[in-house]
Amino acid sequence: MHIHISTRDGVPIYLQIVRQIKHQIASGILAPGRELPSIRELAENILVNPNTVARAYRELETVGLVEKRRTAGTYVAEGPSPLARHEKVRMLSERMDGLLAEASQMKVPLEDLIELLHQRARAFAKKPPLQNPQDQAP
Amino acid sequence: MNQPIIEIRDLKRCFGKKVVLDGVSLTIPTGGVFGLLGGNGAGKTTVLRHTLGLLAAQSGSVRVFGLDPVADPVRTLGRIGYLSENRELPEWMRIHQLISYSQAFYPNWDPDYAESLRNMFELDPKAYVRALSRGQRARAGLLVALAHRPDLLVLDEPSSGLDPVVRRDILGAIIRTIADEGRTVLFSSHLLDEVERVADRIAILHHGRIQLCVPMDQILSSHRRVRIRLSSAVSRFPTEGIWIHCEGSGHDWSVVAEGEMHDIQTEVSRLQAEILTVEPMNLDDIFVARTAGKPLTAEVRS
Repeated sequence: MHIHISTRDGVPIYLQIVRQIKHQIASGILAPGRELPSIRELAENILVNPNTVARAYRELETVGLVEKRRTAGTYVAEGPSPLARHEKVRMLSERMDGLLAEASQMKVPLEDLIELLHQRARAFAKKPPLQNPQDQAP
Repeated sequence: MNQPIIEIRDLKRCFGKKVVLDGVSLTIPTGGVFGLLGGNGAGKTTVLRHTLGLLAAQSGSVRVFGLDPVADPVRTLGRIGYLSENRELPEWMRIHQLISYSQAFYPNWDPDYAESLRNMFELDPKAYVRALSRGQRARAGLLVALAHRPDLLVLDEPSSGLDPVVRRDILGAIIRTIADEGRTVLFSSHLLDEVERVADRIAILHHGRIQLCVPMDQILSSHRRVRIRLSSAVSRFPTEGIWIHCEGSGHDWSVVAEGEMHDIQTEVSRLQAEILTVEPMNLDDIFVARTAGKPLTAEVRS
């Protein structure tokens, strides 16, 4: 499992771990039933405090995306999770909120923004999709 | 009851006429990683040397494991692993001599652990300390600090001047130390990236005083950069209450605020101002805002 931590943009590290694992589950990179690295292993691997990793795992467990099995070991939850869809919607909403905020700052009305989105969708359909920016090196 | 591992109360220290610590109070809980931040000359090393009993309090008190480290060095130092900023080591020894020499000081020395650290750090037992590179010297110092599995690990600027590979070793050592339940790490640093990665709590030392002492996960969520527009121009922005630091002039100000979003909204409407943007801040920016100069006072121009 690949996690990239950045301390530049003020996002708490536990949240970066939560978001990246959620993203990997939602996009199928982490399949259901897959075992996550142990807290200590991930902490040493990405060089962050083990308590931070533990907090991220707890959060993922609370929303049902991962589950603890037996005594130790954390696994990606089995079966089609309704949360995966919910999570996709949430991630897209987050991006859209940013877009809406910027448009409002530039005084671009919503109708224009929607029209622009349609235009981009048509242009996007014609060319090969861009790489996921999260997969690119910083 | 969970006793704090270190308790410092109103510690003052002058070197000649220079006041280095001007009433430092600090409580460090047992377990976890505590990061002590401050610029050059802020007094970080002086605080750490007091906890090791290398300096006696001129006024105020220092307790480590509930004991006075100056009066009771045997029961305190034996439980502390220390890596100093200058990594003083006996220059004339070879690595294997350094290991057996250090072992004699610590009843809890773990020879197997020392050997595994020596292997991991690729330290040649026959190499002389004086011939070690900066990075290897830091690793040798870390071996001595870790091999007796101390309850408290004190690291003074552990990564300063080291390449990224050795820095990884040091961060890894901090992480492994607290992954063993109940151990505590106290380290000073001005490298905020690594502080954010490993610290559970941080304190900022500035002008010989503790400016801020908070859990790591609170500091990022409680600080924001707010761009605001005032209805009437001022020559100085009132940096008081929730406002920590400001930049700007006239109507437009970029202000660092500490508090909840609704506190910010209340204050902004009290100033008859408008919020333009609110941005999260990284630890670097918060540190700069917290240690930049002295607070300005209000001077409103009509």
